[in-house]
Amino acid sequence: MMRGLFKRRGPQAVEQYGAPGQGSGTAISAVTIVLILGGWWVVTQLGLIRPLFLPAPEMVISKFAKIACTEHYFEQMLVAVGGMAKVEAKCHGFSDHALHEHILWSLYRVFGAFALATVTAIPIGIAMGMNRHARGVFDPPIEFYRPIPPLAYLPLTIIWFGIGESGKLFLIFLACFAPIAINARAGVRSVSIEQIHAAYSMGASHRQVLRQVVLKAALPEILTGMRVAIAFGWTTLVAAEMVAAKAGIGVMVLNAARFLATDIVFLGIIVIGAVAFIFDLMMRRFERALVPWKGKV
Amino acid sequence: MTAIVSLNRVSVEFPAVDGAGVVKALEDVSLDFRDNEFVVALGASGCGKTTLLNVIAGFLQPTSGEILHKDAPIRGPGPDRGVVFQKHALLPWLNVLENTEFGLKLQGVAKEDRLSRARDYLALVGLSDFERYPIYQLSGGMQQRVGLARALTCDPDMLLMDEPLGALDAFTRENMQELVLDAWRKTRKVVFFITHSVEEALFMATRLIVMSPRPGRITHTYDIDFCDRFFETGNARAVKSSPEFIALREEVLSIIYGEETGDGLP
Repeated sequence: MMRGLFKRRGPQAVEQYGAPGQGSGTAISAVTIVLILGGWWVVTQLGLIRPLFLPAPEMVISKFAKIACTEHYFEQMLVAVGGMAKVEAKCHGFSDHALHEHILWSLYRVFGAFALATVTAIPIGIAMGMNRHARGVFDPPIEFYRPIPPLAYLPLTIIWFGIGESGKLFLIFLACFAPIAINARAGVRSVSIEQIHAAYSMGASHRQVLRQVVLKAALPEILTGMRVAIAFGWTTLVAAEMVAAKAGIGVMVLNAARFLATDIVFLGIIVIGAVAFIFDLMMRRFERALVPWKGKV
Repeated sequence: MTAIVSLNRVSVEFPAVDGAGVVKALEDVSLDFRDNEFVVALGASGCGKTTLLNVIAGFLQPTSGEILHKDAPIRGPGPDRGVVFQKHALLPWLNVLENTEFGLKLQGVAKEDRLSRARDYLALVGLSDFERYPIYQLSGGMQQRVGLARALTCDPDMLLMDEPLGALDAFTRENMQELVLDAWRKTRKVVFFITHSVEEALFMATRLIVMSPRPGRITHTYDIDFCDRFFETGNARAVKSSPEFIALREEVLSIIYGEETGDGLP
């Protein structure tokens, strides 16, 4: 099998001579993942690294079962169908919340802020692309705050919004806003002047040109901006949950670190990575369905 | 015959790139477009052909002079003057049929009406079987045919074509010349057609205007009828290889080359 993966390939009919990076990398990626997981397992199995620094995979899995309260919910299900009289296993979760509650709280924060950013940043970005006044107004603040790390203005959001949910949402909102606005603005520029001229010479009004030509042409870049934004949102999540959050994946990780519960830190990191990855896959599929012409014109 | 569009001493000036002075893209151009005319503008790069087309389309306001459409001044682009671009400028999120009916949709025409009209013109350019195709799956020649059908569907008085065949390969180009002539004969629009190719210009035009640069102006005008001969015989090669055609081709070429070589002399 390894010979098949790594053997040197001669020129093939479908390949273009000298084209960089051609061929599929999926099989190799699968090998990489297996090697990383296998290496992790071997190293912990042999006791080369103390569990405090690197917990064994099975520890993380058993923590997952405990925090996710799998037994508890399985018993509840049995009770529901009449297979058991009462629930035996208690659900403790971590920091008084089961894993799915942590996940739901974080999802609510990230997607709430992301939704707010989407409905505000798309119109503002389009306006910046269409109109020099809007560009003049919004360009300096966006370009100023964009490179500042969210941790730097985290204290400010606490002073302004207190320690409730609104401050957390605001922090993630800021992280999502800039990439969407900037991509929407760049998207406006991707419409060709001929397409606009063609629409006008067929009797279009300014409004029709904006809605039926410019917005559609900008759509691929807007979707790219949204993909970047949601990744920024996840990046900012832990910072947002540092302050007085009761539940959330970020809180879970931070609290676990305080107790040196490395296995839970690992679990939190894996969950964030998995959720972000699943959402990115969905966005890519969505993109293919919504803008099939992307990269083909 | 009445003029559909007429230009009266139109000049267009741009500020020069280095900021000093102005570039005269068009100087004192007077031109009438009458019913059933196929006017072809020919000239070297920078002679103001595209500027002239943009002025007629309404994308550009002349610095001086007036331009009238049926005796009313042209103030901007409108559906009475359809445009076919060098790069097709179709909308990739719409399929062939949707692109063709797009103009009528903008004008608020009812769905059945605009679909039937769009289908008529797609048939005229021979694309009836490709209604549902996304435009990025079509060849360059087919994309230009959609562009032509789209412009015709709006039923303009005049059709402005800015080097529509410039990006096509030689074989497709000759086929497209015949297709455009055929569409013109059936729809009887006034056509203003820009090209770099002398042979294409002579073959298609009922009136050929030769332009020259710095400042952009019309230097020669020919009334010709090679396209009628093509309609009679249906044989484009025979028309293009006839002695009269070749003689006129050489004459026009010498005008264009004469200007280019004469340009650098003191």
